Amino acid sequence: MTRVLILHAPGTNRDREAALACALAGGRPEIVHLNQLLAGERNLLDYGFLVLPGGFSYGDDLGAGTLWALALRERLGEALRRFVEDGRPVLGICNGFQALVKAGLLPGLDGHREAGEAAERQATLTRNRSARFECRWVYLRPEPGSVCSFTRGLPGLLYVPVAHGEGNFVPRELPLIEELRTRGQIALTYVDAEGRPAGYPDNPNGSAGNIAGICNPAGNVLGLMPHPEDHVLPHQHPRWTRGESGGLGLPIFVSGVQAGC
Amino acid sequence: MRYRVIVGSAPGQTDPRGAGLCAEIATLGIEGASEVQTFDLYFLEGNVDDDAVEYLARELLADPVVQRYRWERLNGAPREEPLEAGTWAVEVCLLPGVTDAVAESLLAGARLLGVEGLTWAATGQRYLLRGRLGEREVHRIARSLLCNEIIQQYRLGPIMPARTAVRRDGPWVERVPLRGASPEELARLSRERVLSLDGAEMAAIQRYFATAGRDPTDVELETLAQTWSEHCVHKTFKALVDYEEYEGDRLVRQERIDGLLRSFIRAATERIAAPWVRSAFVDNAGIIDLDDNLEVSFKVETHNHPSALEPFGGANTGVGGVVRDIIGVSARPIANTDVLCFGPTDLPFAALPPGVLHPRRVYSGVVAGIEDYGNKMGIPTVNGAILFHPGYTANPLVYCGCLGIAPKGRHRRQARPGDRVVVIGGRTGRDGLHGATFSSAELTHETGTVAGGAVQIGNPITEKLVLEAVLEARDCDLYTAITDCGAGGLSSAVGEMGREIGATVQLEQVPLKYQGLRPWEIWLSEAQERMVLAVPPEHVEELLEVCRRWDVEATVIGTFRSDRRLVVRYGSEVVADLDMEFLHEGLPRRELRAVWRREVPADPGRLPAADPGELLLRLLADPDIASKEPVVRRYDHEVQGATVVKPLVGQRNDGPGDATVLLPLAALWPEGAARAPSGGGQPALALGCGLAPRFGMRDPYAMAWAAIDEAIRNVVAVGADPARIALLDNFCWGNPQRPEQMGALVQAARACYDAALAYGTPFISGKDSLNNEYGDGAGGRIAIPPTLLISSLGLLPDVRLAVTMDVKECGDALYIVGLTRRELGESYLHRYLKAEGGRVPQPSPEGPALARALHTTMRRGLVRACHDLSEGGLAVAAAEMALAGEAGLHLDLRQVPREDDADEDLVVLFAESNARYLVEVRPEDEPAFVEAMAGLPCARIGQVECIPHLVVTGLGGREVLNLPVRSLRRAWKGEAKA
Repeated sequence: MTRVLILHAPGTNRDREAALACALAGGRPEIVHLNQLLAGERNLLDYGFLVLPGGFSYGDDLGAGTLWALALRERLGEALRRFVEDGRPVLGICNGFQALVKAGLLPGLDGHREAGEAAERQATLTRNRSARFECRWVYLRPEPGSVCSFTRGLPGLLYVPVAHGEGNFVPRELPLIEELRTRGQIALTYVDAEGRPAGYPDNPNGSAGNIAGICNPAGNVLGLMPHPEDHVLPHQHPRWTRGESGGLGLPIFVSGVQAGC
Repeated sequence: MRYRVIVGSAPGQTDPRGAGLCAEIATLGIEGASEVQTFDLYFLEGNVDDDAVEYLARELLADPVVQRYRWERLNGAPREEPLEAGTWAVEVCLLPGVTDAVAESLLAGARLLGVEGLTWAATGQRYLLRGRLGEREVHRIARSLLCNEIIQQYRLGPIMPARTAVRRDGPWVERVPLRGASPEELARLSRERVLSLDGAEMAAIQRYFATAGRDPTDVELETLAQTWSEHCVHKTFKALVDYEEYEGDRLVRQERIDGLLRSFIRAATERIAAPWVRSAFVDNAGIIDLDDNLEVSFKVETHNHPSALEPFGGANTGVGGVVRDIIGVSARPIANTDVLCFGPTDLPFAALPPGVLHPRRVYSGVVAGIEDYGNKMGIPTVNGAILFHPGYTANPLVYCGCLGIAPKGRHRRQARPGDRVVVIGGRTGRDGLHGATFSSAELTHETGTVAGGAVQIGNPITEKLVLEAVLEARDCDLYTAITDCGAGGLSSAVGEMGREIGATVQLEQVPLKYQGLRPWEIWLSEAQERMVLAVPPEHVEELLEVCRRWDVEATVIGTFRSDRRLVVRYGSEVVADLDMEFLHEGLPRRELRAVWRREVPADPGRLPAADPGELLLRLLADPDIASKEPVVRRYDHEVQGATVVKPLVGQRNDGPGDATVLLPLAALWPEGAARAPSGGGQPALALGCGLAPRFGMRDPYAMAWAAIDEAIRNVVAVGADPARIALLDNFCWGNPQRPEQMGALVQAARACYDAALAYGTPFISGKDSLNNEYGDGAGGRIAIPPTLLISSLGLLPDVRLAVTMDVKECGDALYIVGLTRRELGESYLHRYLKAEGGRVPQPSPEGPALARALHTTMRRGLVRACHDLSEGGLAVAAAEMALAGEAGLHLDLRQVPREDDADEDLVVLFAESNARYLVEVRPEDEPAFVEAMAGLPCARIGQVECIPHLVVTGLGGREVLNLPVRSLRRAWKGEAKA
């Protein structure tokens, strides 16, 4: 059974949902506080699947995920690099996605950098176009050509909530979007109910290229703003009382658990 | 060395904050602003050099993709920089002593990056305003939008935050000469020290110290004032009340009431004696059973005065405070609620009373404060209401609620002698002094300048960590009692925990944000995010270890005693030594006079002719009724994954749900996983609320009944079992020393008793906020409308029974449940017809039987949609069901069960009678539904139509209303016509 490490930083708050999702997906999740990793009480490399869940790590005080990214880079850099190089799955959701981007692990185009070396950040997640925090349900299309191991073979659209104020994916240079597409690193895009690219509010934050989630070149690290862990049971669907169902986020976790064996 | 770092948007990047501000400036009536640019300021001090600052700016302070930074070394004040013509610079920073969470994170981040030399950091904002603006306008923009001088300061130009709070003059510990004071001197003392104590109370304190043969210290006097504050002991609700009720000049009722709480609110709970109520009016929150293993706690608080002065901070700490109440019953918070009452947002600036913030600013600040705290703590904000009335302009109401869940039997509530007093969480500063007594005073035009210390900013992340540490300590059985530091700070928390045994506290042990606090300030500080635990000596080490793991500061500050004395020391100096019995029972009971004059409503006669369709569109667009989606979406209502009926429901996820239904699973991790796979079959919780302040001015009894009826209808409509509903009462009132205000309070409390008994719904918790009045200094007074919020917590036996209000399928039948009466007093119909008088909705005796019968039909799956009729009556409810379900409705008013005098189309459409629901039933289920409702007012009044129009046949058999659902939606959502 895949051991899943759900990493809890100060201010993380969607760790329990992520744990529940991983358990439903057949994994053996454990919520581990960052301090436990740093103190050596737990070893990242004992786990098969790493989840960085949503929340407001360190209050998002200096920009969403900024301090968490620093902690990952400065204090866990080496273990994390090995974990990723091994091809083990890493899933960053919302604040976890922000941290992965700001730590340079996504989109991870320029390979790996040595600990302490400051690389140019290629993209960021910044304030929503609407300048507001927004909580709403969105449709996500798994991009057919993506190398992402989490979304490969997903049958249809995902239907999951977003809940963030800083989810607007902005590349440093516009050609980056094309490059990500070419390399199959765009894993999930915001679409309307019919699966077509659409504007606000289907794309809730104004992300370039309607990007909701991207992966690293190897496809084993996925970051996404929406919350697949909040739609793992039929009663979480906003219209289950209308008889609607489907679009569960659970398969994302099943993929992670299976890849982490 | 001291540095200043400036971070702004990179060229070509948008500045959403700036764009938002630019639009806000226009709403001030200032036309000239063409652009606003925003920057973040960081001030750094310590043993750091240019390289370190450059490194911090690049790695920590600026996002290299969308931002640019520059920094400067400061020698003395920051230098002015030349600005282009037509550009103004405004800089804002916090006042000394106000929590600066970002600065704390900055210091932590610098340490992560290996920059060790920083000793101090502060943050600020810089705004560049462009356009045709004069200096006076810029000051007005700064004061109205950029800076709240209660917690911040600004300059037109570079600003420099002061490094530490200024030490005030005066003695370290003051002896207050009380023994020889005359009644006038006592009154002056109470006023000058913001003690909010009356003559009898001051005299009781005087007698106590006369017997003791000494004068009190300032610490003792403040401790008594906080413990005896209205906020902490509810003097008004416990007072003996001499009540007189008049009809015209005739006295029709006279009685002596032995306390409103005892006689009405608690009495109802005791009479009902529901076996599933575990704790009512005893703990920090009311507690009920969820099932055999779990209990649910619920508490609603108000934070009105702080929110009036500093809307963001006031609402922010209001949420933080009520969440701590839930932590204080050893539970995990699973939902927040908020109900807000504001002045009209279109109030002209000229009509604003002096010293009062504009309602629009209060509104946006309060919503942002709630959003910040709830979202960051990861607690879904799932239920609430927003109402507008001119009476709330100077006294906005901010009700914050929190729901928690815990395994049964784990909450410990009895400290033992010898247990250590441990304070955990945030540090203590000079913030929030006099909060408890301040909240009992009325606001005036100059409150803001006097009471600045009573307003604070919260730090939700600290509270999240405290929560996790407390729950781990609970599961390891490390404490014997716990309470939060709320109003009155440590004095109140330790005083309450040690009530039966006594305690010694060493104030010099309390961790401080900065030095220089006098003993009474440490003892009374209402600094946020602190809890006090009673920890047996053998568990102290383990508790400290748990806290360390969660990055929570924990400090032993004293020991519980066995002699019922409260001894407070600073070092070896005894600064307070009080008898717990006097502290808690020495308060003389208040005696209040209450007078109520029954009104005989003027009969407005027949209604003027008006187009029902046009009226409906206007009602749908009324700020009270219109969609609150823009606010609801700013609150995370999905976090924790438990929200199975969401605040917004229907085909487009935008219809107004009656109540939220929660199925907490993740909150129970790891046990929750075992509950998940079956999905259904489990009990779920429904959260609703009711309030009807419009009726309160005329008939507080009817107002209270209507609030209770609505709160119950809300949860019944989504499937809650009427036999399993608990209520919370939150009274917001004017000055109870005025007999007519007190009379209204008696009326409302009596209705609480009567309605609770009629419905069999016990009260489990309540709070009151009195003196919500404003004095303008020139003799003018504004009191709020008497406002009672009733929050309801219902239980669905099985989550699969949940029902939403959106109609589901054309061809289904529509039934109205309940009786429509000619009750138009203070209705929205009257508002728009500019009509006055008429009866306000009275108690519907058939309400409880209707709720029970309706629930039986829900249990059998006969109900596809259900919506309660409230503001705007049948017409608004039908419109909402149609737009949420994106289907048409055809209603025939001739079929509506009504009293004889409800004989006009407008009455049937818009009366706001209690105890009514609109229900959708499949044709094949109609016989069973009708049979179950037999003998009750219930009738088929129409059906769901495929053609998306709301069509109404009037009493005369003609079509009186025909509107496309699209138009209803546009009106309700405030969307411009395409």
